[in-house]
Amino acid sequence: MSGTSFQGKNSIPHPTSEQLLIKGGRVVNDDQSFFADVYIEEGLIKQVGENLVVPGGVKVIEANGGMVIPGGIDVNTCLMKPFLGTQPVDDFFQGTKAALSGGTTMIIDHVTPQPGESLLEAFERWQEAADKKACCDYSLHVDIPQWNETVKDELELLVQEKGINSFQVYMAYKDVYQMTDSQLYEALSFLKQLGAVALVHAENGDLIAQEQSKILGMGITGPEGHPLSRPEELEAEAVFRAITLGNRVNCPVYISKVMSKSAADTITQARRKGSIVFGEPITAGLATDGSHYWSKNWAKAAAYVTSPPLSPDPTTPDHLHTLLACGDLQVVGSAHCAYSTSQKAIGKDDFTLIPEGTNGVEERMGFVWDKAVAMGKMDENQFVAVTSTNAAKIFNLYPRKGRIAVGSDADIVIWDPDSIKTITAKLQQSAAEYNIFEGLECRGGPVLVLSQGRVVYEEGKLQAQQGTGRFIPRKPFPDYAYQRIRFRNQQGVTRGSYDGPVYDVAPTPKYITPAPSAKTSPTSHQPPPIRNLHQSNFSLSGAQIDDNVPRRSGHRIVAPPGGRSNITSLG
Amino acid sequence: MSDRRMSQEEDCASLLSKLGSDSPRPRMKYGGMFCNVEGAFENKTLNFESFSPQSQRRGNTRNRTEVTGGPGPGPGPGPGPGPGPGGPSGQTMVFPSSFNKKQGDRLIIKGGKIVNDDQSFYADVYIEDGIIKQIGENLVVPAGVRTVDAYGQLVIPGGVDSNTSLQAPQRGLSPADDFYQGTRAALAGGTTTIIDHVLPEPGTSLLVAFEQWRDAADQRACCDYSLHVDITRWHEGLYEELESLVKDKGVNSFLFFMSYKDKYQSSDSQLYEAFSVLRDLGALAQVHAENGDIIDEEQKKLLFLGITGPEGHVLSHPEEVETEAVYRAITIAKQANCPLYVTKVMSKPAADVIAKARKKGMVVYGEPITASLATDGSHYWSKDWAQAAAYVMSPPINPDPSTPQYLTSLLACGDLQVTGSAQASFSTAQKAVGKDDFTQIPEGTNGIEERLSVVWDRAVSTGKMDENEFVAVTSTNAAKLFNIYPRKGRIAVGSDADIVIWNPKETKTVSAKTHNLTVEVNILEGMEFRGVASVVVSGGRVVLEDGKLNVTEGSGRFIPRKAFSDTVYKRIRARSKMAEAHGVPRGNYDGPVHDVISMTKSVPPTPTTRGPTCPKTITGPRNLHQSGFTLAGAQIDDHIPRRSAQKIVAPPGGRSNITSLS
Repeated sequence: MSGTSFQGKNSIPHPTSEQLLIKGGRVVNDDQSFFADVYIEEGLIKQVGENLVVPGGVKVIEANGGMVIPGGIDVNTCLMKPFLGTQPVDDFFQGTKAALSGGTTMIIDHVTPQPGESLLEAFERWQEAADKKACCDYSLHVDIPQWNETVKDELELLVQEKGINSFQVYMAYKDVYQMTDSQLYEALSFLKQLGAVALVHAENGDLIAQEQSKILGMGITGPEGHPLSRPEELEAEAVFRAITLGNRVNCPVYISKVMSKSAADTITQARRKGSIVFGEPITAGLATDGSHYWSKNWAKAAAYVTSPPLSPDPTTPDHLHTLLACGDLQVVGSAHCAYSTSQKAIGKDDFTLIPEGTNGVEERMGFVWDKAVAMGKMDENQFVAVTSTNAAKIFNLYPRKGRIAVGSDADIVIWDPDSIKTITAKLQQSAAEYNIFEGLECRGGPVLVLSQGRVVYEEGKLQAQQGTGRFIPRKPFPDYAYQRIRFRNQQGVTRGSYDGPVYDVAPTPKYITPAPSAKTSPTSHQPPPIRNLHQSNFSLSGAQIDDNVPRRSGHRIVAPPGGRSNITSLG
Repeated sequence: MSDRRMSQEEDCASLLSKLGSDSPRPRMKYGGMFCNVEGAFENKTLNFESFSPQSQRRGNTRNRTEVTGGPGPGPGPGPGPGPGPGGPSGQTMVFPSSFNKKQGDRLIIKGGKIVNDDQSFYADVYIEDGIIKQIGENLVVPAGVRTVDAYGQLVIPGGVDSNTSLQAPQRGLSPADDFYQGTRAALAGGTTTIIDHVLPEPGTSLLVAFEQWRDAADQRACCDYSLHVDITRWHEGLYEELESLVKDKGVNSFLFFMSYKDKYQSSDSQLYEAFSVLRDLGALAQVHAENGDIIDEEQKKLLFLGITGPEGHVLSHPEEVETEAVYRAITIAKQANCPLYVTKVMSKPAADVIAKARKKGMVVYGEPITASLATDGSHYWSKDWAQAAAYVMSPPINPDPSTPQYLTSLLACGDLQVTGSAQASFSTAQKAVGKDDFTQIPEGTNGIEERLSVVWDRAVSTGKMDENEFVAVTSTNAAKLFNIYPRKGRIAVGSDADIVIWNPKETKTVSAKTHNLTVEVNILEGMEFRGVASVVVSGGRVVLEDGKLNVTEGSGRFIPRKAFSDTVYKRIRARSKMAEAHGVPRGNYDGPVHDVISMTKSVPPTPTTRGPTCPKTITGPRNLHQSGFTLAGAQIDDHIPRRSAQKIVAPPGGRSNITSLS
């Protein structure tokens, strides 16, 4: 793949629209770094190499030996996710502006339809809003709020015609989005057939609901109730279950928002055993911890509310960075979903009503650099891999995004590894009043950001244009996730049919009609049935569950005729 | 281990010379599973009083001594140098049998090495009325007492089999071996107490089912028994039945199914609720840990692929599914702070999950069974259908041939605690109900008879475990967990006389032709096991001797079990006190609050049914006609103060420091 980067030395491009030459930079891809100039035309990288032949009058950007890296891809944002009818304060405009100023040139946003709503309609609403407002390229994940037959048709349509190849399923949010294990199994099987990546929000919703009512019952209503009701075991358990399901179905599973050490370790272990599972830590989980939930300042504590919650264990960020560096976790997202303090205050008397979400789209790349590369855990190539290339590979955007190579989109960042910036809400692009990283110092940041070949950020000045972002369709069956899946596919023993005696089965009295999975149907609605003393042998017409058992009339065991019963003999 | 035993026998003379001269050398063990449980030692230490003749207890238990004209000269005061090397038999005082008024069997077991879970020592055991009355050397016993010779053999507490299903029907079929056949086989193998599973049909009364089981067992059982009750469908209304079972009926363990979808399966919420109830009642929660949802889907898939034979069973119950459910059960139990007992640990990863959770301090116990300790699941692929079907049970026997060894190792190091048998045998004809569809095959294997031998052969004779640990995993631990200790699971004065004389040198080959069950296939067919019960005493009566069983149908008694077993609940109690979470006292938030337009959308935590079809929550467009009209009565959003028109009100004055950024 890297071999394609040095070519086109002598092609003479036609000067048409914007042309740019980045001179004297060190191009950093996920596999190697090298000194080269990059020539950009019409939003595409046309040439990479030294001594390029370029038309006259081309704008030249001097990189002076700085790092030239592929623009970041933020795989997890929620810029339009409604909560009780309110929208996040950072919409596609605010959110993508913040992304660009942090060096991220593409986002993949979550379409979150409400249960019962059409996925397709929701998708179109999102696309419309983003087309009008987004300042950088974007793509969309679609969340599946509930599983049923109609959803299947819509999924197929979304994959085949709309360019969506990733769908999120929920194991939490009981009675709203949560799916049972059977539904998850079906959903994953179906997504596998479609060649899509299954994103999983992994938390055990049943237990969370129980814990929430317990904690509210104890009189704890503040934001500290949020982490108390969502202990990390519940996250780790759900991750384990999701991986088990993925293994059984043989479908790649992508865990969005890995927030705790134990959940990350579960993923690590599963990868050791060969499971195809990806893990995505987020900015908040990589840069701060959950001790703030106990802050005396309600507004501050509430700002940290996200699900799964930030782990109160202060060693978590370090651990997640280590796993990220060694490849056990692959992608860094931001889960950016900013609500204002007054929106958060909807839950001022009940933590379960606090809208969930933190900021992080702007700070994402900076913190990975600061906490991983500057600390020596990771090298610059791995930095590019986790902030951009891996995401592009998993979601099938590669090599259009996530690489500096001829033919790729000209989403390029010149990165200054030594700039130091103190994060504060006053200087951020996001519209939220609160920044959960307030006061933290961060080394490393973009000097210049190119999106689609245009300079959108230079020396602290943002020149983003609303509505310039394009929707990037993604094809199904990304190689990175699906190549192994294809090779992993079982059979029975061929034996003579059993011809020994068969015990007579009395028609089994059924006390329950197979209820739709006992898993989520609350039992309070099932009165304990009374034993039916009038159970009769009357059989209904049509196919019965025990049709395959041959009916025998009176005798219990029939000795098989002749001596042909050697099949049942011992031995 | 065996070397040591050998050498002991070789210099028998010097050993015997020390007899009586000293109190038996106690073999203190540390690091055994329960040794460091605080307070547990009180019950466990030997009752050394029984060794000295003038002790209180001796006086009480043998208060008829005045009839006999005082104790003979045999036992000197205190543990002084007593009788010489003439052998213990010569020292036993024999009383005239004039006071032989009681009908109870009297028995003295002589010359054996008593093995409890904490120590081994040489002593005789005197049994009267089904109770162990004296332990020690030079016992003073009445005349006419029957003597059982145990020279060179081990005297161990009778096995406690914590998991049998001798009555539970499957698909309307009753097991081929009922309480009579089953307990007979149990006794033949050295098990003297079983705890059977009561399986009520979903929705029926637990108490009624319990009584049914009691009736059947009282009539048929040949050894003592107790009962677990399975909860096949949890609902709030069960609380009273549970309470009455725990408080009046002597049941302290309940099994929940995480598998058997749409039949017995409980959801996570149900398990959490049930575990919380059990914790309050002081009962032990057991789980059948397999993910029923996944199994159901896998079964459909395999049947669709045309796989209908028994191999479909193991393919549709992969070990991951077991592991996942064990992990989930532990998580739920941890959240509910309820002790957990995982029945039938069949695979390596499932056992690992339990071991890991124990390392993190969770109160969880694991029970491997005879089948998983002795054989593997390769037989599911046997060309002989009857053979393959005989192995069908859930979770299935693992196809990985290294599983038995691995489980034995974990059992030896204390990560797994109890061995059961999961005995539930169905005849080949019964199994053949599922000849065209593996999901219809009744599940269950034999194992009640071979259990002790399997553990001895696989663990003790290979050197993984010593004889004390053997006793721990076959009887003592189960007795402790289920709160029948020290009545069962220990050889001590006052315990029930359920005793096995164990011959570690003899071997026995398992075969369906010679076993005591009625099923035609034994899953351990042809295997040879070292270690055999040569004499079995149940309730003070010799039921097995010289290979001959002499059982009485209906002689088994029901053993009631009290709640709040110490081994299990001491830690839980302390944790309940520690676990109280505290809120943060903070000033009221008085900043602006965003107006919530309509609450009809997704209402997060309220319990609404989420059936498969859920068309009712249609997210409408923003309701522009929202009125201020409030319904009477409490509303769901009462706690959100209504604001009239403006969205954000700047707080008056400068009192907004709570919302300021800092």
